[in-house]
Amino acid sequence: MQILENLWIDIAQWIRGLFDSFLPQWAAQLVMDVLGILLLIVIGIVAVLAFTYMERKVIARVGDRIGPNRAGPLGIFQAIADAIKMLTKEDVTPTNADRWMFLAAPILIIIPAVLLYAVLPFGRGMVGVDVNIAVVFVVALGAIPILSMLMAGWASDNKYALLGAFRTVAQLLSYEIPMAIALLTVVLLAGTMSTVGIVGAQSSIPFILVTPAAFLVYFLAGLAELNRTPFDLLEADSEIVAGYFIEYSGMKFAMFFLAEFINFFMMAGMITTLFLGGWQWPILPSWLWFLIKTIAVIFVIMWIRDTVPRIRIDQMLSFAWKALVPVALANLFLVAFIAKLLEPGWLRTVAAFGSNIVLIGIALLLLGRASRRRKERAREAGEAAVKRYYASAESD
Amino acid sequence: MGPQHPSTHGVFRMILTLDGETVVDLKPMFGYLHRGLEKTSEERTYLQAVPFTDRLDYICSMTNNFAYAVAVERLADIEVPPRAEYIRVIMGELTRLINHMLGIGFLFNELGAWYTPVVYAFRERERIMDLFEMASGSRMMCNYIRPGGVAADLPEEFLPHLKKLIPHLKRFVAEIRFYLSENEIFRARSVGVGFLPADMAVANSITGPVLRASGVTYDVRRAEPYSIYDEFEFDIPTQVEGDVYARYAQRLDEMDESLKILSQAVERLPDGEYTSKVPSRLRPPKGESYARIEAPKGELGFYLVSDGSPNPYRWRNRPPSLINLSALREMCLGHKVADVVVIYGSIDVTLADIDR
Repeated sequence: MQILENLWIDIAQWIRGLFDSFLPQWAAQLVMDVLGILLLIVIGIVAVLAFTYMERKVIARVGDRIGPNRAGPLGIFQAIADAIKMLTKEDVTPTNADRWMFLAAPILIIIPAVLLYAVLPFGRGMVGVDVNIAVVFVVALGAIPILSMLMAGWASDNKYALLGAFRTVAQLLSYEIPMAIALLTVVLLAGTMSTVGIVGAQSSIPFILVTPAAFLVYFLAGLAELNRTPFDLLEADSEIVAGYFIEYSGMKFAMFFLAEFINFFMMAGMITTLFLGGWQWPILPSWLWFLIKTIAVIFVIMWIRDTVPRIRIDQMLSFAWKALVPVALANLFLVAFIAKLLEPGWLRTVAAFGSNIVLIGIALLLLGRASRRRKERAREAGEAAVKRYYASAESD
Repeated sequence: MGPQHPSTHGVFRMILTLDGETVVDLKPMFGYLHRGLEKTSEERTYLQAVPFTDRLDYICSMTNNFAYAVAVERLADIEVPPRAEYIRVIMGELTRLINHMLGIGFLFNELGAWYTPVVYAFRERERIMDLFEMASGSRMMCNYIRPGGVAADLPEEFLPHLKKLIPHLKRFVAEIRFYLSENEIFRARSVGVGFLPADMAVANSITGPVLRASGVTYDVRRAEPYSIYDEFEFDIPTQVEGDVYARYAQRLDEMDESLKILSQAVERLPDGEYTSKVPSRLRPPKGESYARIEAPKGELGFYLVSDGSPNPYRWRNRPPSLINLSALREMCLGHKVADVVVIYGSIDVTLADIDR
């Protein structure tokens, strides 16, 4: 077990030793850094291949279908076949497109996506860089793709792309806020902004059991950031066809696709790190636990995608500002009070958990009341119209 | 929006004027799928025109055949044997089930629930289409109900299959109700959206589930019974809200009623001839006839004028899809782009039926 636990670290140290034997210290360090960066990029791309296959299989099984089963046994080479198809597609640039912006957008979107991997702890002692402001880094880099999406939407010179770009800005900017507040709650509990430190703070109990409200807010805001259903208004197949990347084809489209799935993996990894205790759990090696938890989160997100309809732009915004932000803020105050009043321990966990459940309950109650009121209004309008119709029919 | 757009169910074009995302004006454009079916049918004999009716609303080919057959029978004064009438009713109600399933499934597609509900709808539709294949040899373009009766008698295995299918479909409708009706996002997207007041619906001569969802109790099966519908017991469900949600609930209720009619028809199906003798070159006497039936999408009418020759002098069709669309603009004004797609989906049209 110990061998498995330290497998990757041992390999890294062995390679390090190899270079140390004939290179000066700084050169060996440089080579190791470059190797680490390459490794993270490769992980990203491999993860995309695996998740496209997984996504298609999950959609198929939820819809009582079989899914890809032609390319290789059980269709496992489907993703590779798709990748080859993408590479061989014609690269089309629309006549009226803003050429440079059109070219730059897919490149710009992939860079922050890959950069985010640097702070993700894949296992015990397995993190690109352990910076003490990792959480701020994540929030800051998470905002950059908005720019490239807007660039793509604007440069494409297409009505759907432009609508998609507008929605992107509205949606991603509004959901940054509840997300950041939820992150703040976690930082408050952990007392550190480093991702490694946050995982360490969850050694006794994962934060999902301490502050489920923050988890819910982060998860929902994460869905919105990933533009997954029910927040997939940016691409909205049935409304604006594909949104901001409608005019992209071939490799440029693949870049957007890649960035989306890299972000997907990243978001699931962050949820694991922040709320599910990261790589900690007994028996199995840490990196395996990290993968299992992340894939479980990814599965839940895919599951939601396959079963839930999409919400509308105004509902999306009002949900962010009228539901998520107040809940996140109230939760931040609650947790801050409890963390100040009570010493770390079981009492504090139970108090935080209980107050969070009450908070979620109140929020759901209010949302349910709003929905019932809407139904009543619709009914009144309909009844009035029916009465009007029958009254006029009688007078005729 | 359109004509090439994933949510237009074909080639429909809406010229939208937007203020941000809010619809200020909407102008529907159609005709991209015009095939000249009316003129073509006037060049054919009465029997040769039956396959063209299949192609009107390709989802409900059986009811199209049905309406046309009734029109020809009224024109030429043809008697229909009782067994054929029962078979027609069975096929008509199965078609209604297919149509409403797909209507609900595609509505959810437009709401963005990916393909899951529609795939389940397709699964159940396959079971019904198997029955169609048994009876007519074709799954979609059935060409089964002919003037005078039906094309062939039911095969032996048809009835046992249907008897098994009815409780299965009942469960399926209950399943849809359970999983979809209470979905909060679905409600948020559909309640109060695309409100069609009852008076406006009648003024636009809108029929079918869209009209009944607005609270008007009108069903051709009751208002002007054709075939043997006056022998069956069924209710005409209505809603009052007149919004997208009411149209969805209306379709579910109608599926229940269709299943009621089906089980009665299966019980009482008489033996006997399945068609009366109709010459292949039918020469109806001079005159005209109009027949309307309650097709799944609304009132489907055929108007035929005969000048005594084997070809109809005038062959005119009243498609429910086209006329139900007439209030689209009023329903969409003030809503968002996303709602336009959903309202359009809730009217449940087939483009082949609009453009003919």
